[in-house]
Amino acid sequence: MVTTAGALTDGSLSSIKGFLKTLSPVDQVGADARAAMLATRSIKTASKKWAIDMAISMIDLTTLEGADTDGKVKAICNKAIRPDPTDPSVPHVGAICVYNDMVSVARKHLDESGGHDIPVAAVSTAFPSGRASLEVKERDTKDAIANGATEIDMVIDRGAFLSGDLEKVFSEIVYIKSLCGDKAHLKVILETGELVTYDNVRKASFLAMAAGADFIKTSTGKVAPAATAPVVLVMLEAVRDFHQMTGVRIGVKPAGGIRTTKDAIKQLVLVKETAGDEWLNPELFRIGASALLNDLLMQRQKLTSGHYGGANYVTLD
Amino acid sequence: MSNSKSRAMRLDVKKTYKLFIGGAFPRSESGRTYEVTDSKGEFIANPSLASRKDLRDAVVAARNAHSGWAGATAFNRGQILYRIAEMMEGRSAQFVDEIIALEGLTPSAAKKQVEEAIDLWVWYSGWCDKIGSIYGSTNAVSGSFYNFTIPDSLGVVAVFAPAKPSLLGLVHSLAPVLAGGNTAVVIASEKYPLSAITLSEAIGTSDVSGGVVNILTGSAAELAPWAASHMDIDGIDATGLNSTLEKEVRIAGADNLKRISSFKDGASPQRVLAFMENKTVWHPIGV
Repeated sequence: MVTTAGALTDGSLSSIKGFLKTLSPVDQVGADARAAMLATRSIKTASKKWAIDMAISMIDLTTLEGADTDGKVKAICNKAIRPDPTDPSVPHVGAICVYNDMVSVARKHLDESGGHDIPVAAVSTAFPSGRASLEVKERDTKDAIANGATEIDMVIDRGAFLSGDLEKVFSEIVYIKSLCGDKAHLKVILETGELVTYDNVRKASFLAMAAGADFIKTSTGKVAPAATAPVVLVMLEAVRDFHQMTGVRIGVKPAGGIRTTKDAIKQLVLVKETAGDEWLNPELFRIGASALLNDLLMQRQKLTSGHYGGANYVTLD
Repeated sequence: MSNSKSRAMRLDVKKTYKLFIGGAFPRSESGRTYEVTDSKGEFIANPSLASRKDLRDAVVAARNAHSGWAGATAFNRGQILYRIAEMMEGRSAQFVDEIIALEGLTPSAAKKQVEEAIDLWVWYSGWCDKIGSIYGSTNAVSGSFYNFTIPDSLGVVAVFAPAKPSLLGLVHSLAPVLAGGNTAVVIASEKYPLSAITLSEAIGTSDVSGGVVNILTGSAAELAPWAASHMDIDGIDATGLNSTLEKEVRIAGADNLKRISSFKDGASPQRVLAFMENKTVWHPIGV
């Protein structure tokens, strides 16, 4: 990387475009092989317990269904505060992630139930497709922040990105970031399943970080493939390089397809080996998931009780 | 391969004896195997020595398969079990050879065991669509309701079948578990596992969905305590466990209210009912 930090932080589109041209391509075979190699690492006993608790505290407990109701959102809020009602030593999750209109329900219920310190994230900017005018995206974002969202998960315009209109993608992120101001963290969803190549993932990662993202997030969860290990590896390398160039640490959030404890621990290994220990905390790494939490709780119960658990011993949601 | 010279030089294609989990035939995740000898102490095979992780994987496969198997119509389940009997019949010569080698039976005694086992399997397949009507009931209640009690499947059942007779004993334990709509994790006899392995190959080519039957080979002493404490196994057929192990399993299984039975007598619908639970339905009259 020959470019200076200025090109990434001066906020001008021409310098970021120049920087993206100098970006070296991703070695696809190498990234796949390295992600696969790191996935073979075996984490047991005390390290596993630590990893499970860390993964729980990193979860953005998510419900993004057309069928969401107030009741369901309240139920996952309760679960976020006390993931395992039989064991108070389980940490609370990182955040709740809901659609815009459920933000106020979630915020109110968390505040009333002792979950003041759990932020509510809202998916925004015409999630999941991003196909709407900037006015609609602006209104969507403002609305979520006004209702108490302190994290905004925006989607980029993949159509514009793939057709080379980086300016549109960049300016939208800059604009949404300006709406967030100091009231909300901005997570930028790249939807890597639609970006086709790892080169595009790296490019989109730098574009989002230069435009002011606090987090870069793999996917909406509505498109497969979602958070595959090599894609997360490429994004972690991007935040590591960005930190080396600018001194700023950007977070990473894989989302979609992470369902088992094994998957989650693989992600933590990737974080430690790629970005480093500083990223092993919920301020800089989150996992967007819903079913994962139950599997983590079952594995935790196994470590505590010494016998294998079953799905009947965790809550249905 | 037409001339006799090339025939004479041919090497036998030896079988790798593997586990049966979720419809696939994996080796043990631990990579372990153990030696099985025939009745004269000669080497016969190296089956997989299943680990507790294999047991856990098998339970996950059985749990995932349960709703589909229990949700199929009783008639359909009966047909599928009958199909397994058809596949067993096609492999009867292989069953006979393995039983002669391992158990040291005479050819006629081995043949008799295999025929009995297949007939018993057919008998239990017939129970699928009869158990509900014979052991269910309509109950008189003081109110304007119909009230029915119907036996329903328990869930995932671990099966420790008796070592000998290796095939017939296995069918005595496994067939009633399946007929009741349960899915099964079988821990085959450590000393005589070949009948169970061949049965898994017969099941693998019938119409049973993956995970309905899972067959592990290995040490019952190693796996039984893990099966007993496993919260996601609902019942255990402990017929094949010795009294020390059975006691251990009953103690460990008490904590999670597991239904544990062992059977002395032969074929009986009670063995189907042993792994079913009665469910009662109230239905308003006149609606």
